[in-house]
Amino acid sequence: MKFGVVIFPGSNCDYDCWWAIKQVTGERVDFIWHKEKNIENFDCIVLPGGFSYGDYLRTGAIARFSPVMRKIKEFAQRGGLVIGICNGFQILLEAGLLPGAMRKNKNLLFVCKYTYLRVENCSTPFTRLFKRGQILRMPIAHFEGNYYTDQDVLSKLKKNNQIIFRYCNRKGEITEEDNPNGSLEAIAGICNKEKNILGMMPHPERCSEAILGSEDGKIIWESIVESLKDRNRGKK
Amino acid sequence: MFNAKVYISLKEGVADPQGATIKHALDSLGFKGVNEVKTGKYFQIELNIKNKREAEKQIEDMCKKILVNPVIEKYEYEIEEIKR
Repeated sequence: MKFGVVIFPGSNCDYDCWWAIKQVTGERVDFIWHKEKNIENFDCIVLPGGFSYGDYLRTGAIARFSPVMRKIKEFAQRGGLVIGICNGFQILLEAGLLPGAMRKNKNLLFVCKYTYLRVENCSTPFTRLFKRGQILRMPIAHFEGNYYTDQDVLSKLKKNNQIIFRYCNRKGEITEEDNPNGSLEAIAGICNKEKNILGMMPHPERCSEAILGSEDGKIIWESIVESLKDRNRGKK
Repeated sequence: MFNAKVYISLKEGVADPQGATIKHALDSLGFKGVNEVKTGKYFQIELNIKNKREAEKQIEDMCKKILVNPVIEKYEYEIEEIKR
């Protein structure tokens, strides 16, 4: 089993992801330079946070033209697991691998703090070890995390259970005050219809060890490992 | 040669907190009668292309492929010949 963490010029959570996956799962993790054209040997691809291409034009707008992205599209179309975190989520949106777009935070500030999240769907390869409605503590750090899409796409997201995480308060209630960026329906993470591509603004790699204040992020890596083990069993 | 001016703005219904904040600042500076402020982006693109139709096609293509995010943004442009 092998994870791959993509490095774009300007990625800055690449080592955190590498460390978190390695530390928690003990599985193999390699870096993938954004010019790489061969990603055949990977089982899960991570698009880390950061400021790819300086966030020029729009967040993620330039990174989606990196050579590796074409390969990641093919990988995802074959059912490969792809998780985009923060800037990685923004890249997935710009690349059209997930629907919608990010606007600037409603308060026009870079928000860097711990938030509460509610798990809305725990039957995805990324969230299978959570309980539905489980409340998590995870940090966010972004300027453009104010998710938007039109009503048509929103109703499809709901119908197909593609909304994976919502911002909430410590009791799990969705309130305006606990929505840190103004995101539509307090959306913090979504996946594609097939559930093999996840995009999320919160940073699980920053809360995968107790020493960092929360271990809730760990469950995502563990879920992925479980899912990949199942897949590999299926292959044999 | 042509010079293209590309204007990008948020679609109707997409919240524009920057525009709203600027409007608020204008109000507090005492400017009367400001109904709304909308922010956007502006690009000036010089094209070494001889044919105007071809230049338009290129700009249209650029807007669709990268300059604009159609989920939240709309665009318009003007193309003028540069005479030197």
